[in-house]
Amino acid sequence: MTDYTVGPVKLGLVIDLDTCVGCHACAVNCKEWNTAGHSAPLPDRDPYGADITGVWFNRIHTFEVDDGECGRTVHFPKSCLHCEAPACVEVCPTGASYKRVEDGIVLVNADTCIGCKLCSWACPYGAREFDDDAGVMKKCTLCVDRIYNRNLDEADRVPACVSTCPAHARHFGDLGDPNSAVSRLVAERGGYDLMPEQGYKPVNKYLPPRPGKIAGTGREMALTPAAPDTAGMFLRWVDRLLSR
Amino acid sequence: MHPAFSVIFFTTASGAGYGLLALVGMLAPLRLIPADRSFAFTALALALGLITAGLLSSTAHLGHPERAWRAFSQWRTSWLSREGVLSLATYVPAAIFGIGWVLFGRLDGPIAVAGFVAAALSAATVCCTAMIYASLKPIQAWRSAWVVPGYAALALMTGALWLNALTHVWGAGQRWLGVLAAAAAILGLLVKEAYWRSIDTTAGPSTPESATGLGRRGKVTFLDGPHTEANYLLREMGYAVARKHSLKLRRIARVLGFAVPLLLTLLALALGGTIAVPASLLAAVAGMLGVLVERWLFFAEAKHTVTLYYGATTA
Repeated sequence: MTDYTVGPVKLGLVIDLDTCVGCHACAVNCKEWNTAGHSAPLPDRDPYGADITGVWFNRIHTFEVDDGECGRTVHFPKSCLHCEAPACVEVCPTGASYKRVEDGIVLVNADTCIGCKLCSWACPYGAREFDDDAGVMKKCTLCVDRIYNRNLDEADRVPACVSTCPAHARHFGDLGDPNSAVSRLVAERGGYDLMPEQGYKPVNKYLPPRPGKIAGTGREMALTPAAPDTAGMFLRWVDRLLSR
Repeated sequence: MHPAFSVIFFTTASGAGYGLLALVGMLAPLRLIPADRSFAFTALALALGLITAGLLSSTAHLGHPERAWRAFSQWRTSWLSREGVLSLATYVPAAIFGIGWVLFGRLDGPIAVAGFVAAALSAATVCCTAMIYASLKPIQAWRSAWVVPGYAALALMTGALWLNALTHVWGAGQRWLGVLAAAAAILGLLVKEAYWRSIDTTAGPSTPESATGLGRRGKVTFLDGPHTEANYLLREMGYAVARKHSLKLRRIARVLGFAVPLLLTLLALALGGTIAVPASLLAAVAGMLGVLVERWLFFAEAKHTVTLYYGATTA
C-alpha cells in the first residue's frame, strides 16, 4: 500500500536524551524480542567471527556537544520514527511497505517485499535494515506483537525497548492525543523532531538534555596539588622523599 | 551510495536501448533512415536486446526476483513502479512496429503510429528511471535538477551513436546522423558538467546538528558508533569514494564517454567510406563504457543523510 492515510492515533516513542545512559539494554531487548516476533528472525552473520554483521531495529549512537562549557556526551538511541509522511512507503513498488491507518505504525509485509531496498534509500534516518538471508527489508514494528498482546500483563504491553530501559528514558504512547502522558511530556520538556527540514514529520520525539548542573568553565573541578609550605610535617617529609 | 553493478549495467544498457528505439521509432516512419527489412531487424533487435538485458539485470539485485511482477502495482506513488509499468508497456507498440516493419515491410499508417508511441514511451521510461533517484530527499546529489536531463541526454547520446554506427555498417551513413550523434555527445558532456558543478557546490540541508536536534546546545561531534563492524546501512549508504579518485574517474568519463565518441564520430563524418564503419562502431562502444564509469560515479559520489549518524559532517 504505497498510498497511505494518517489516522488520529499516532503511536510512537518519546526518547529522553537527558537520562539515557547509553547502556544499549533497549537495543539488546529489542533484538531479543523481535528475533522471535512479527518480523523474526533478526539474523546475524558470522556472529563469532571477524566480520560480524546483523539486523537490529534499534541502535545507540554517541555524540559530544560542545556547549561552550564542559561539553556534554549524549547517548542517542535511534529506531524507526513511524513518520507521518513516510517516503519509505511512497517509494515501495509492491505495496509491501505500509502505514497502518488505525495506529500509524509503519510495517513491511515480508510475503510481498521484493527486496529492492529502495525504501531504505528513501529513509533519511537509517531505520531500515536488509535481511540478506530472507531477502526482504526489516524494520522496527513498535512491537506490534506486544502492545496489543492480551497474553501479557497490561503493564508489559509496551515495546520491548521501553520495558527494559533502566533509566526510564523511553516512553510509549499516543502522540496524536494532546492529553496523553507522552504528549504532555513533549510539551513540558520541549520535545523535538529529528531533521524536520527533510519533511518526513516523524511521530517519535526526542527530549533535549537539561542544562548542565556544573556551572563555570570546569576548571574549578581540577585538583590542586598540596602546597608543601602549608602542609604538615609528614607530608613535607613525603614530598622530600618523592622529590629525590 | 553503494554502486551495485546490476543497476549500473541496467541503466547504461537499457538507456542506450531506449535511446535507439526512440530514434528508430521516430525516424523510420519519416523515411529518414534506411527502410530495408534487414536493417530494421538489426536495429530493433539491438534496441530491444539492450533493453531486455538491462531489465533482466535490474532484477538481479532484488532479494526476491521471482516476486518482481508485484512491482507493477504501485504506479500511483512509486517511480520504480512507474518505470516497471512503462518499460513493459513499451514492448507493445515496439512489437507492433517491429512486426509491421520487419515482417511486412510496412512503415505507414498504424505501423508509423506504433513507432511514434514506442518512441514516446521509451523517453518516458528513461525519465521514470531518473525520477527514482531524483525523488529521494535524503540524497542531496540526486536532488540536482540535472539528474533527469542527464539520464535523458545520455540515453539520446548512446542511442544516436548506435544508430549512426548501424547506418554506416549498412553503407547508408548520412551526414546529418553523424552531426546528430556528435551534437548529442556535446550535449551529454555539458549536462554532466553542470551536474558535477551542482553537486560540488550544493550542500544538503541536514547536518549532525539537525540529525540529532542537539544543534541548539552547540556543535555536535560524533563520538562513538553503535557497533564495531560495518552494518547494512554503512555498506549500502555509507559508500565513499576518495575525492582524488572521483576527479580521476570524472576525467576518464569525460574522455571515454564524450571526447572519444565525439572525435571518432567526426572522423567518420570527415573520412566516410570504409573508415566510417569501425570509427562509428568504436564511438558507440566507447560511449557505453564512458557511461558505465559515469553511472558508477553517480552512485559513489552521492552521500546519504544516514551517514550524519556515523561521523559525516555533511550529507
